[in-house]
Amino acid sequence: MAERIDAHESAGRLEMQAVSKRFGATVALEDVGIKVAAGEVLALVGENGAGKSTLMKVCSGAVKPDTGQMRLDGAPYRPGNPLEARRAGVAMIYQELSLAPHLSVQENIMLGMEPAKLGVVRWGQVRQRALEAISEFDNPELTPDARVSRLSVGSQQLVEIARALAIGCRVLVLDEPTSSLTQQDVERLFEIIGRLKQQGKAIVYISHFIEEVKRVADRVTVLRDGRVVGSSAVAAITADRIVAMMVGRQVDELYPRSERPAGEVILEIEDLAGLENPKSASLQLRRGEVLGIAGLVGAGRTELLRSLFGLEPVKKGRIRLGVYTGPASPVKRWMQGAGLLSEDRKEEGLALSLSVADNVTLSKLKGFGPLGLVLPSRQDRATRRWLEQLDIRCRGPRQPVASLSGGNQQKVALARLLQHDVDVFLLDEPTRGIDVAAKALVYRLINALAAGSPSEGREPKAVLMVSSYLPELMGVCDRVAVMCRGTLGPTHRIEEVNEHTLMLEATGQEATA
Amino acid sequence: MSDRQATLNQGPTINWRGLLNTLSPVLALVAVFELFVQIAPSSFATVRNIEMIARQTTIVGVAALGMTLVIISGGIDLSVGSVVALSTVVIAWLLQYAGVSPLIAAIGGVAAAAFFGLASGVLITRLRVVPFIVTLGMMLVVRGAAKGIGREQKIDVNPEQLAWLDDLLASVPADRSWMMLPPGVWTMILLAVAMAALLRYTRLGRHTFALGSNEQTARLCGVAVERVKVIVYALCGAFAGLAGLMQFSRLTVGDPTVAVGLELNVIAAVVIGGGSLSGGEGSILGTLVGALIMTVIASGCTQMGLPNWVQEIVTGAIIVAAVALDRLRHRRTA
Repeated sequence: MAERIDAHESAGRLEMQAVSKRFGATVALEDVGIKVAAGEVLALVGENGAGKSTLMKVCSGAVKPDTGQMRLDGAPYRPGNPLEARRAGVAMIYQELSLAPHLSVQENIMLGMEPAKLGVVRWGQVRQRALEAISEFDNPELTPDARVSRLSVGSQQLVEIARALAIGCRVLVLDEPTSSLTQQDVERLFEIIGRLKQQGKAIVYISHFIEEVKRVADRVTVLRDGRVVGSSAVAAITADRIVAMMVGRQVDELYPRSERPAGEVILEIEDLAGLENPKSASLQLRRGEVLGIAGLVGAGRTELLRSLFGLEPVKKGRIRLGVYTGPASPVKRWMQGAGLLSEDRKEEGLALSLSVADNVTLSKLKGFGPLGLVLPSRQDRATRRWLEQLDIRCRGPRQPVASLSGGNQQKVALARLLQHDVDVFLLDEPTRGIDVAAKALVYRLINALAAGSPSEGREPKAVLMVSSYLPELMGVCDRVAVMCRGTLGPTHRIEEVNEHTLMLEATGQEATA
Repeated sequence: MSDRQATLNQGPTINWRGLLNTLSPVLALVAVFELFVQIAPSSFATVRNIEMIARQTTIVGVAALGMTLVIISGGIDLSVGSVVALSTVVIAWLLQYAGVSPLIAAIGGVAAAAFFGLASGVLITRLRVVPFIVTLGMMLVVRGAAKGIGREQKIDVNPEQLAWLDDLLASVPADRSWMMLPPGVWTMILLAVAMAALLRYTRLGRHTFALGSNEQTARLCGVAVERVKVIVYALCGAFAGLAGLMQFSRLTVGDPTVAVGLELNVIAAVVIGGGSLSGGEGSILGTLVGALIMTVIASGCTQMGLPNWVQEIVTGAIIVAAVALDRLRHRRTA
């Protein structure tokens, strides 16, 4: 049952009622209802996989619901596709921006609805309408003729918003709008959201950053496993309560922590610098230890792992991995006993058209047959073990990875490191885009790796983990360091920090508050 | 949980859908063949004609073995036709002017071809220029080199120096009917088996698939991406050289202007057989079947007395239809 804390019964600008959607056996949405009024910001929060994106795809016409109905300003609203939704006045701003980078700001804003006579574009009108839209923002970077690819990410996002305004949108949906913005751009965005609110736009703000929600939203609706678990005025609810509703369980259960005494130092880097990022990073990682790296997106955390692993050049600094020193190629790093889990499993982490078995064994195609041959039956046998241990749901080792769910794909990517039996796990956003159950398994796995198992002869491993999700770092790590603008700060014992101090350090502010 | 365990412990089961996928090009071949059996004159379904189809497929078939590897790796090689010509010219030149034995001449032709393949691979990896452009350039470079060696002319070879070289693709004589097929066709079949095994059972083969499926993943997993690419293009060159040997055997002259546009037939064979130009997919069996389908159509049309232009239109339509069907099947299974 949904718990309703407020009594928000006035007619909304956008209403969705009893929306359900299944994909095969997976229930993506079940009986979901939301309502947002004109001049209101509704925050939609929930873990990845909770159904936020599907709900918004329904709202924007990209996905047809199985059941349920929607109303826009009281009139039935049934968009057949995103274009119809836009025409009706519902605009989405996705996390990945959908701009044509080679075109100018004005061309992008008016793309697909250029005023024209006999097929000839009337540039005067284009310019005028584009100017009207961007005048809202008073951002010097935004001129009608600027090429979009030259703009900062924050300004590009404003171009998208301008595009939504130019078509006269009534409902604006922002999907994780701050995930790749600088602090300054975030502030600017919040200011603009406030202004749009005053103009009477209804705004749906999707995020899992609770602090942002508290700042920008009027009401919040929490989704979990495809259902609405609660809805409340933001002022009437605490951040902790929101988190508890999102996660749906006590935090302690989610993050197990065995006795893990730290062993010898296995990875040591000193003043490491890459081409652009990192600028300077030093750390020591011991066996039996989980070291977290916090920071904002773009702070250089991924680049740190990648230059460690030889995927990006190292300009200066010292690296020692076990008995090996200096930079090395990925080929060597695997041989030296380190493995990297990529943050982007679709683009880099997995070869999607290949089978589960090929993906799991790709980094070490040895020992699967005589004379260095690779016998598929033995690859499969090795893979089955991980299918079972990690509870990877698939038809078998030969199923192409592309057809697995996100969580199962991530487990396949992790299984590669386990199959290779590396000592140092470099994990970049290991729980990005996976459901809570898969997350819990990843946390258990990390704990088990760091703890080792003397009775089964498994040595404790070392884990270096990058994450943008602070509660996860707080729950999993023994120590944590914060990266800010390419520089890695000192490591703190986890007892000495909290989410607040980490966030302050990540945004480069002095810990005064 | 228990039935899940059961499925995991069943061990190898027959994957019917996978089997159907591998066999579907074969079914297409059978269908095309059966069509001509029905509509073409009775001479079509004779042993003699089938042998001829096999012989005519060999040049494209051998070159397509190497091309399959390249296409699976996510690349393309447009220089194959030129390399075939170069190989014939080098073999003829070695026989006629260097006076070497047929075997040495054949090896020389293949080696020269492999060298240019290797050069393509090195340029692609070092200059980081896309394979399409590098091999497009190589197509002209190699064609020019072949013409240079032949001084813009065919190189004739004294018939007595040919020895066994001219019967690689000749019809099997009656006294050796136990061979069933000419040695050139057997060579193609053996090489095909070897290549299929290489793709399936060796690290190079698995790495080639990984590279074509997702180069970034391959790099992340410690695949020596550059080295694999160079090997793949060198092998493709070598196979084109072998195809050149077959071509030489058929013409018994070194002809720098032969096999213009052959690379397109070779690529067509691979894609009809299920190879994807975006990499990561393809099979040797499919490729051979693709090459055979094209020859069967050509042969059938000839026997029906249809002019050349009809054959070309039919072949073109088959290529597009085959790939469209393949995509459709993919969408179904995905």
